Amino acid sequence: MMLKTRQTISLTIRALLALWRQPWFVAITLVQPMIWLLLFGALFKRVVEIPGFHGGSYLHFLTPGVVVMSALFAAGWNGMGLIEAIDRGIMDRFLVTPVWRGALVGASCVHAAVVILVQTIVIIAVAFAAGTTFSASTVVVMLVLPVLLGGAVAALSNAMALVTRQEESLIGAVQFVVLPASFLSSGMMASNLLPGWIHDVARFNPVNWTVTAVRSSDWSLIGEHAGLLIALMLVCGALATRAFRVYQRAV
Amino acid sequence: MEFAIEAEGLVKTYPKGVRALDGVGFSVARGTVFGLLGPNGAGKSTTVKILTTLTAPDEGRAVVAGHDVVREPLRVRRSIGVVGQKHGIDPEATGIENLRLQGDLYGMPRRKAKARAQELLERFGIADAQKRLVRTWSGGMQRKLDVALGLMHRPDVLFLDEPTTGLDPEARTDMWSEIEQLAREEGVTVLLTTHYLEEADRLASQLAIVDRGRIVAAGTPDELKSELRGDTLLVELGDSANGRALAALATADSVREATVDGRVLRARADEGARAIPTVLALLEAEGIPVVAATVSRPSLDDVYLRHAGRTFEEAER
Repeated sequence: MMLKTRQTISLTIRALLALWRQPWFVAITLVQPMIWLLLFGALFKRVVEIPGFHGGSYLHFLTPGVVVMSALFAAGWNGMGLIEAIDRGIMDRFLVTPVWRGALVGASCVHAAVVILVQTIVIIAVAFAAGTTFSASTVVVMLVLPVLLGGAVAALSNAMALVTRQEESLIGAVQFVVLPASFLSSGMMASNLLPGWIHDVARFNPVNWTVTAVRSSDWSLIGEHAGLLIALMLVCGALATRAFRVYQRAV
Repeated sequence: MEFAIEAEGLVKTYPKGVRALDGVGFSVARGTVFGLLGPNGAGKSTTVKILTTLTAPDEGRAVVAGHDVVREPLRVRRSIGVVGQKHGIDPEATGIENLRLQGDLYGMPRRKAKARAQELLERFGIADAQKRLVRTWSGGMQRKLDVALGLMHRPDVLFLDEPTTGLDPEARTDMWSEIEQLAREEGVTVLLTTHYLEEADRLASQLAIVDRGRIVAAGTPDELKSELRGDTLLVELGDSANGRALAALATADSVREATVDGRVLRARADEGARAIPTVLALLEAEGIPVVAATVSRPSLDDVYLRHAGRTFEEAER
């Protein structure tokens, strides 16, 4: 157990150091969510006037949506690091050491979690600066639940990277999944105004679990959704760990 | 004799039906340098991948450092160091960060790992660069760091998969002396794959020649060479007089296995120095001009030609 923890921490530090050494990438990762927030916030400003939308500011409504969508993107791209490690021979070096496969996946997930946390803090700060406010408890939920969702998606992205070993496939998958998953939820539009079928699909969409929990003040609902996200994260983590076998059979 | 590596009947077929290994088997005695020699695509790297637990064989078995590679991969991994054909180093990290991570993956005690990392950096003469990103290092330095990573946890068996491929001649000679020292000083068993004949000749005490997924010959470099009986004669002809040159030599008893490839006549003789005047006289009698003639002790190139049925350069093409 001690060794597994140490392996996970060391691999996480490696990933974060590599990230820190790419300042342009960090800058883009932080600026892009601000653009989503301010652009969508301005573009759809008057959406709140639609009958059935419970008033308030659209920016306030949109913030959790942008937080979750940004978390999805950040986690989705996580597998790129793995593909790079495979191409450089680093992965093969790791795999012939006694490293626990779970540590390799865990490090990727923690890496994604750190990126998502920083991103979320920036988005919340921008939202506050633009004049909207959130209660302390909402801020906490908005920091924690997207991280859980991101952990699950990062693990999936890693599994995908190990199975396809191709950047193109991963880019395709992320593009294919992230935007539809974001729009098949109440991230941008009030739940009661979604078309019937989207409303139905959204109930099974982890993105929607996250967004509705952040907007809710009902702690039993928040707890239930957090539980679902943790379960999802564990399933995806197990899947990614298994994906190493597929990779090792192919090399 | 105690063996560090024992492989038997290894077979590996890749998804698209490519049979990379077709029954490879050999044994490596403890504390020796064993060379796996063969052209690109012969199956050397696949053999290393199986022995280092990166991938599993379809058939056959292998025991490394006393443990079965399929049933006890974790025990094998603790006992081996691997320097892959591709760089395994992280170019976006510094040298010392690479070594530190390696120590962590093996669970080495921190202080020991730190001392070992410095020892290796000094030993390979790359200590000055340790705090620079590896991306900025020269190819030779990067390769040395690769070897240092493989040695970090003091493995019993070290795998070097084409350690000098892509290095310039100077860096290659440098790496050769490092490997020679390694075997002597660290007491580690080394399995080396190479497609450089001279590299295998210089470093390996035991050799196996691999071709098309099979071992075609095995023994010490000297054994393999002496199997060939005698010296190699190489005569460069003034024109490509294939048929006439061979016919001219037909009467010489001291010369055998004569072949002509373009303007090069190749033959074997028990005592090359004595045969050469006879050969030159016979060629001159036929009016075939000679540009140059050399006698050499059998090389691994000749061994390869004999066992694989083609010259090494042909196989590489």
